[in-house]
Amino acid sequence: MVPLSYYLVLSGILFACGVTGFLIKRNIITIFMSIELMLNGVNLSFVAFAAHWHALAGQIFVFFVMVVAAAEAAVGLAIIIAVYRTRETLNVDQVNLLKL
Amino acid sequence: MTPNLNLWLIPVLPLAGAAINGFLGKKSSRTAVSTVALFFPGAAFAWALLVVLRGYSSLPYTEYLAHWIRSGSFTADFAFYLDQLSLVMLLVVTGVGFLIHVYAVGYMWEDPSYYRFFSYLNLFMFFMLTLVLANNYLLMFIGWEGVGLASYLLIGFWFAKDSAASAGKKAFIVNRIGDCGYLIGLFLLIQHFKSLDFAQVFQGVAHLTPGAETESLLTAIGILLMVGACGKSAQIPLYVWLPDAMEGPTPVSALIHAATMVTAGVYMVARSHMIFERAPIALNIVAIIGTLTALFAATIGITQTDIKKVLAYSTVSQLGYMFMACGVGAFSAGIFHLMTHAFFKGLLFLAAGSVIHAVGGEQDMRKMGGLRSFTPWTFLTMGIATLAIAGIPPFAGFWSKDEILWKAFSSEHGSWVFWLVGVITAFITSFYMFRLLFMTFFGDYRGAQAENHGHGSHGHGHDAHGLPHESPMVMLVPLMILAVLSVVGGLVGIGNGFEHFLAPVFGSGAGEAVGEAAGRGTEFLLMGVSVAVALLGLILAYVLYVSKPELPQKVAASLGLFYDAVLNKYYVDELYAKVFVKPLVEGSTNVLWQGVDRKVIDDTVNHAADGARQVSDEVRHMQSGNLRSYAGWIAAGAAVVIAYMVWMGVGR
Repeated sequence: MVPLSYYLVLSGILFACGVTGFLIKRNIITIFMSIELMLNGVNLSFVAFAAHWHALAGQIFVFFVMVVAAAEAAVGLAIIIAVYRTRETLNVDQVNLLKL
Repeated sequence: MTPNLNLWLIPVLPLAGAAINGFLGKKSSRTAVSTVALFFPGAAFAWALLVVLRGYSSLPYTEYLAHWIRSGSFTADFAFYLDQLSLVMLLVVTGVGFLIHVYAVGYMWEDPSYYRFFSYLNLFMFFMLTLVLANNYLLMFIGWEGVGLASYLLIGFWFAKDSAASAGKKAFIVNRIGDCGYLIGLFLLIQHFKSLDFAQVFQGVAHLTPGAETESLLTAIGILLMVGACGKSAQIPLYVWLPDAMEGPTPVSALIHAATMVTAGVYMVARSHMIFERAPIALNIVAIIGTLTALFAATIGITQTDIKKVLAYSTVSQLGYMFMACGVGAFSAGIFHLMTHAFFKGLLFLAAGSVIHAVGGEQDMRKMGGLRSFTPWTFLTMGIATLAIAGIPPFAGFWSKDEILWKAFSSEHGSWVFWLVGVITAFITSFYMFRLLFMTFFGDYRGAQAENHGHGSHGHGHDAHGLPHESPMVMLVPLMILAVLSVVGGLVGIGNGFEHFLAPVFGSGAGEAVGEAAGRGTEFLLMGVSVAVALLGLILAYVLYVSKPELPQKVAASLGLFYDAVLNKYYVDELYAKVFVKPLVEGSTNVLWQGVDRKVIDDTVNHAADGARQVSDEVRHMQSGNLRSYAGWIAAGAAVVIAYMVWMGVGR
């Protein structure tokens, strides 16, 4: 039986990787993948807790997160395509019209 | 059993006329508008006559219509009250009012806002009748303010003309000053009598125990009511609006500013006679103000050259007579003069309107003259009215003016000073009225005929206006009827008939009869004096303006400064402008506008806005459009929140 803390540490590492990638990467696709990484880091901790406490709520929450992530991926990718078509770049530093 | 007289119909009929013409008049023909405008006041007059026939025996009569205000123990209702006093006013207002409506159909025919004029005029009738018929001070106040509104609307009827618009405002504002006094008087009445009902107030007054306290209370109320009356009836010091009110159309001047509305103050004082009779000081002040106004306005009347301005000052002066009468306790004489004045001054204004009509809108008497042959009927009727106002027997004005002068001399509140000033005023009145008559109708026509006669200024579209011409029948018939009334209207005063008629209202004056018998000789002597001064005025005017027309210039020159002062109306308008208007304007400009509004209110708002803009100027740079910096902020924010939760321990 793997102790709970192992899962949580792995989950934290995954989440930290996601945050770091989200902050330092310039390619939108990579940023997008970093977000997925963060979500999955959180999912892992949900599942770990659920298994540890023998409670189903955490498992069900993971399904919710996956469904939302899937929807978000669909919408996000569509936006990325639209951005690429108009700007011909995926570098977020060049996609900066939304400012005062 | 008292018959139901349906008094409410009398004011409501003109209101219906005003509503119909006001809402539908714009699209209707002139004929339809004038039919409506004449039918409703005419019906009101007819109904008033019917009321007299059916209800005379059951006077005083009260008609209760509806609750109005019920607040604690205080009540005020929509209720009408009819006694001999309001009966006189009722007949004068509806009768003279109807005649002036008829006249106005002819006079205003060419005006583009024909329907608006009659709507206002009918509205005026409604409010005036409410004022006259009200059975409490509050309902009277509604009428009081309403006639003020109608007067404002009608003075500023030709509102495109700047002078007319400001004259309307002046009338309204000056009247507000008077109303302030009237209102405070009403508050005092409520405080002490818990009611504004005439009957209850007067009963309360009658039951007050005599003494210094009662007297000072009644004096205060009397003076405050008189301030209101001074505003409405154009007495010193609030008379200044009436001469300016001549900017309105002439039928308005006749109806509102001569025959009816301006007499409302006199009516109110007479109605409150119970209060005044027990407040000798207030009564004295009324007499003094009236006497001063009579003399003061009459002297100004001498120098005016605008035909309507002369009549305006004459009205102020005659109202002064009425005040004098009330002030010496001769209320019935005051009301008597009010009635005859309504006849002859209404007639004078209408005739003046006919003259103005004849010469195409010109109002300056120096450009008239010789109109006798062009407008014989106008001349005849105006001549009668002039004889009446000058106090030549047996015309109406003689009886009423003589009654006032005799009462001023003989009454217990009177004194020979009032009488003397009254007689001097009578002389001046006779002089300036005949001056008006001679300048207008005698000599040669001085108006330039080729010139474009007063187009536009009055909206009369007289095309190719050559020689002066007589007015149409619709204008002449009211003149003739009023002329007849100006001749015979005074006869009701013979043998104190009018006084006996009003005796149920004012009391019979038991002591009077004794003095009457003793003073008969004196009375005839005084009567002779006043007739003599009237004739003297006539002769002087004839000498100065008919036989030796170059003399007035010399007289004016020899009087020098004094003449200038009179010509400029004693600089009262200028004085008021300096003492009241200028400080007020400057105070509001410097303190209220530049000080309070600009510095406090505006600056508070502006500084708050400036501060908000400066803060947001700094903050907006965070909005760089750079996705990764946003992400960094989110992460940093999340880190802070998590750190807070970890260190502070949320939820534990």
